[in-house]
Amino acid sequence: MRREPPQTVGDYAPLLFPAAMLTIFFVVPFGTMIAVSFFQRQQGGFYTPAFVFDNYGRFLSAFFGSVLGFSLMMAVAVAICCVVLALPFTYMLTRMARSVQVVWLVALLSVLSLSEVIIGFAWSTLFSRTAGITNILVALGLMGEAKALTPSFAAVLTGMVYQAFPYTVLVLFPALVRLDPTLTEAARTLGASPLKAFFTVVVPALRNTIVATLIMVFIFALGSYLLPQLLGRPQHWTLSVLITDQAIYQSNMPFAAAMAVFLVLVTLGLVALTVIAGRKGEAA
Amino acid sequence: MSGLALQNVVKEFGSFRAVNNVELTVPHGTFVCMLGPSGCGKTTLLRMIAGLDLPTGGAIRLDGEDITRVPTHKRNLGMVFQSLALFPHLTVGENIAYPLRIRKAPKEDQKRRVEELLSMIHLAGYADRPVSKLSGGQRQRVAIARALAISPKLFLLDEPLSALDAKLREAMQVELRQLQQQLGITTIVVTHDQREAMTMADTVVVMNGGEIRQAASPIEIYRRPADSFVADFIGQTNLIEAEADTQGQVSVLGQPVPGLALPAGAAKATLSIRPEDVHLTAPVAGAISGTVTFVRDLGGTIETFVDVAGRQIVAVSTPRQRPDVTVGQQVGVALTPDVCVVLRK
Ligand SMILES: Nc1ncnc2c1ncn2[C@@H]1O[C@H](COP(=O)(O)OP(=O)(O)O)[C@@H](O)[C@H]1O
Ligand SMILES: [Mg+2]
Repeated sequence: MRREPPQTVGDYAPLLFPAAMLTIFFVVPFGTMIAVSFFQRQQGGFYTPAFVFDNYGRFLSAFFGSVLGFSLMMAVAVAICCVVLALPFTYMLTRMARSVQVVWLVALLSVLSLSEVIIGFAWSTLFSRTAGITNILVALGLMGEAKALTPSFAAVLTGMVYQAFPYTVLVLFPALVRLDPTLTEAARTLGASPLKAFFTVVVPALRNTIVATLIMVFIFALGSYLLPQLLGRPQHWTLSVLITDQAIYQSNMPFAAAMAVFLVLVTLGLVALTVIAGRKGEAA
Repeated sequence: MSGLALQNVVKEFGSFRAVNNVELTVPHGTFVCMLGPSGCGKTTLLRMIAGLDLPTGGAIRLDGEDITRVPTHKRNLGMVFQSLALFPHLTVGENIAYPLRIRKAPKEDQKRRVEELLSMIHLAGYADRPVSKLSGGQRQRVAIARALAISPKLFLLDEPLSALDAKLREAMQVELRQLQQQLGITTIVVTHDQREAMTMADTVVVMNGGEIRQAASPIEIYRRPADSFVADFIGQTNLIEAEADTQGQVSVLGQPVPGLALPAGAAKATLSIRPEDVHLTAPVAGAISGTVTFVRDLGGTIETFVDVAGRQIVAVSTPRQRPDVTVGQQVGVALTPDVCVVLRK
């Protein structure tokens, strides 16, 4: 089929609907947020239109800098954990019988339907001293006495990995299904053990998918604001927690907006860097 | 014994027997073609030899050693897959060097070997190209070079030429055979194309329904097919019933053929008569005769279809010996005992 370039204004009509949607649900709210981030805060919870950099200025402190650093580190850790766990898992899943695959995918989808609150409370129970998994270890004689595993960094990480894992599997699944299974078989006939074949063929052949998945989970994890509060100490709170705190509890919309805009910019910058690095690697 | 031996190999998928009691010996340095219709178990058998599938029963020996349960990566073989399975993330040179890299060969050795192989497959200077930029025939050659990089004990190919167009395929068949003779490597090729098998093989193994029907040299398979399946599958043939009376006198299509004998005690048997062995004559009393129903003149060969008492017999001749017949004409069909192959079943 040959595609004609659009001739008249009418030919652009199919673009109208997506353009309107994008404007209403993305451009307008985001534009509003950018605008608010420059507004002047009024004591008592409101703000007046202005064009000041105070909100950004306040942000450039050691405290917020370290929170931002921690948030990014946390999101990177979640992304790496998810991909490291999900890649072999999904690879094995694609090699199982169709019926087994369906059962696993349904189970993962049902995890997706859980809200962050439920996941948070479930894990805080599992990590608690009185009803947690350490009691099982005690019963098995592996541990002296039960103890609380939360609040801690590991608990936050576990909760966030648990939440993002189904997404990771669902994103990796189609690429792994499409991967020609004879590639690994060929590697084995050429002298690679199954493990070596996985690392020398499956992983490099899926490089772009893996990078894209890392970025997706990273962004997903950046937005998490309940799990750090439910499973972590205040030093484990991410920027999203502070944004929520400022916006809802401190009623400081301009400052919350400024932080959100800054987070978006930093995220975009990091993603761009990753993509450029990926391109370079490709060319080399 | 040096070479490959399959002993009573069986493969079942659930209750389905894909490979049934296969016995075969492949002496070192021979070129074997496994030939059979689609779904007859050729790929399954090849995969068991490669170690990609485990046999349900039986044993596979290589140079006297039982390798039935040796994992694929320890068998030191080279295999070319039907899909070629070239690694898309590696260049031509890196693909060919892969088995050497996995075995941690020194970098200079890898480079030298890759260059050696590239010139062997007439692709010198292609080392740095991505495999996606190659033509079908070139990819084919790269897959072959990669499989041969370590000088394997066994060279296995699963329908390696099926993706190529007819002309290129014929050229590659000759090239593959010459390469194998030059390297003296034990080679097993799976194919469903009998021309391909006849072109390349020392031994053709004809399979059907998971069983070996005959394993012999191409000319033996053609001249002395073991059964009606082999006779029919390899080239064109006329399958005709023969009957013996109590004195052992054999008649074909109601006419006696002196000098032809069936196996002792058999009252009936099927004969295979190649079309080029059927000679048409003027109708003679006391000989087989029939009516010409169609003449197919292909230029290089002429096929004459004759109806003899409801059975169709095909005769093939060259233009120089063109039978002077027209459709509807009565002709005699001359059969001599030496052209009639009595089939096992
Ligand atoms: N993994 C499998 N599971 C079930 N049946 C299979 C499997 N692999 C092959 N078969 C069956 O075994 C038979 C032989 O297959 P195959 O060896 O691929 O045939 P060929 O290569 O001669 O065309 C076919 O009927 C096929 O359906
Ligand atoms: Mg096959």
